[in-house]
Amino acid sequence: MELVLAISVGVVFGAGIWLILRPRTFQLITGLLLMSYAVNLFIFAMGRLWVDKPPITPTPAIDPSQFADPLPQGLVLTAIVIGFATTALYLVMMIGARGLSGSDHVDGEEPRS
Amino acid sequence: MTALPWMQHLIVVPVLLPLIVGALLIPINQSRHTLKFALGLGSGMLSWLVAVALLLMADGAAWPDNIGVYLAANWAAPFGIALLVDRLAALMLVLTATIALAVLLFSARRWDRVGVSFHSLFQFLLMGLNGAFLTNDLFNLFVFFEVMLAASYGLVLHGYNLRRIQAGMQYIAVNLVASLLFLIGVSLIYAATGTLNIADLGARVASLGAQDTWLLQIGASVLALAFLTKGAMWPLGFWLPTTYASASAPVGAMLVLMTKVGVYAVLRVWLAVFGDAAGTLGGFGFTALTVGGMATLLFGAIGMLASQDGGRMAGYGAIISSGTLLAVIGHSGSAVLASGLYYLLGSTLAMAAFMLLIELTERIRPPGAALLAITMEAFAIEDKPEDPVGVGIPGTLAFLGLSFAACAVVITGMPPLAGFVAKFSLFHAMLAAAPTDVPTTTWLLIALMVVGGLAAIIALMRLGVRTFWASGVVTPPRLQFSEAAPIGALVMLCVLLTVQAGTVFDYLGRTSDGLLRSGDYSQRVLGEPPVQRQPGVESTR
Repeated sequence: MELVLAISVGVVFGAGIWLILRPRTFQLITGLLLMSYAVNLFIFAMGRLWVDKPPITPTPAIDPSQFADPLPQGLVLTAIVIGFATTALYLVMMIGARGLSGSDHVDGEEPRS
Repeated sequence: MTALPWMQHLIVVPVLLPLIVGALLIPINQSRHTLKFALGLGSGMLSWLVAVALLLMADGAAWPDNIGVYLAANWAAPFGIALLVDRLAALMLVLTATIALAVLLFSARRWDRVGVSFHSLFQFLLMGLNGAFLTNDLFNLFVFFEVMLAASYGLVLHGYNLRRIQAGMQYIAVNLVASLLFLIGVSLIYAATGTLNIADLGARVASLGAQDTWLLQIGASVLALAFLTKGAMWPLGFWLPTTYASASAPVGAMLVLMTKVGVYAVLRVWLAVFGDAAGTLGGFGFTALTVGGMATLLFGAIGMLASQDGGRMAGYGAIISSGTLLAVIGHSGSAVLASGLYYLLGSTLAMAAFMLLIELTERIRPPGAALLAITMEAFAIEDKPEDPVGVGIPGTLAFLGLSFAACAVVITGMPPLAGFVAKFSLFHAMLAAAPTDVPTTTWLLIALMVVGGLAAIIALMRLGVRTFWASGVVTPPRLQFSEAAPIGALVMLCVLLTVQAGTVFDYLGRTSDGLLRSGDYSQRVLGEPPVQRQPGVESTR
């Protein structure tokens, strides 16, 4: 399971890196989205991988090794919300740039050839 | 229940106050800008008072070890988020509040009206800055960084024109990627140590196993990449000059402060985690900081010489100042901490004043005016705005020239102002650290700092000559009191910093002594008891 997760995170992140190096804003934003997906999965994995383990319990005396780590789940939730908001912000800005410059190049103008 | 003494709640005020005021400002109609300005200024003044109070408390006997801890939502330390105020944090809060006040006053004449929601965004930016200085939790630091960045994205675009959009797109993209790196770093550190509390981290580092140590090192390096992107270390700082050059003047001044947040975060985390208590990990990464800082210095010096307009020059100036700080701290660590902080104070104040000043001097020259016209047109602002704040003052050119000279003197580190005192004490501390056999890197670093200063002198002199002497028909620009006063105040603060150098150095000496005792931090943060609820008084609802 670890290997599958590691490879998929790596592939998604790599695709994101390739995309943010592209010249068009749509590719850039897709790349950012992919990268943030990969990072969210990565944070999850940092709480170790568990199957069918509850993260919280009402009983005070427990064996912690039988429970999933709840903190990365909280972190990932925050990261998703923040990543979503900043990406939306960038989308607005992208549309504004498209309207003002008439180009969807990341430099705000078509490359002179 | 035994309530927390009200003084203790002051710690959280610098975060809450801008948040509340910023939110209140949103529904107020844009046309009532005097009211918005008044509210914003009121919040700024109150923040300043609170920051000064915190400074006095941190330096006084209010808390044991001079470290104040505030447990958010009353959760005990490693589980909940702890806010922490020590002398360094309090100092940065005062610096932020001071510059914010000056910038707000400056923007009152026109800048807060060239776009929407300037004051709200400004308050949120303050919230992010203050929070980043106060928090003692890595993930909370991430959240405050994002608050600060989200507000700065809006502010960089403030006065929407093509140039700002072009710069803003790159600024936002770079910072979004840096935020992802931040997350990766934080989660790696959590995986290695099982904690995100910075003070707790410092206590746990020494007892880590070999594998976890590796993971921690990787995590900390990735985290440093994110910090140093904000702090504009070469080669991560390419976004900075373009952004500075295109941002509006008040925003530029706040951006100067934001580069210092990156340096502050590195300082905070590294001193706590990789200090002397870290065992084999002590001093991890300091060499990288030195080399990176030196490269940054060189890059800034070359860029400064190559740039033509004032905004870009200010951007490279900020890069030089970041580079100097990173290099000296990486090189001599604890020995130069006090001098480095003094340098940070002086250069930040001078750079902020310089950013504001550039805007005024560009009114002498036609190109700046042309650019401004586009903005004004896009937002349909009448050409001659009525002046609600301040009256025109005479002798504008003399004032501009003198302020320009004073800023330049501080930035370049020439006598007699604060920049010189800072550089001199840096040299002194670096040489005194190795009294008999001065290593080559020290000489190299000193040479680079001198070269950086020289480049700044040449570039600024060229700009000054072109602006004040060689621009042909010099029509003294119309200058309002509300624009001149903030610049004058910031310049006077630089002078005061020089005159009172002894007092300031005493304080900074105590600051660095406190910072180096990283054991105190974990003791204070982890030992802070949550407020106990007495069982009998439990609410019966």
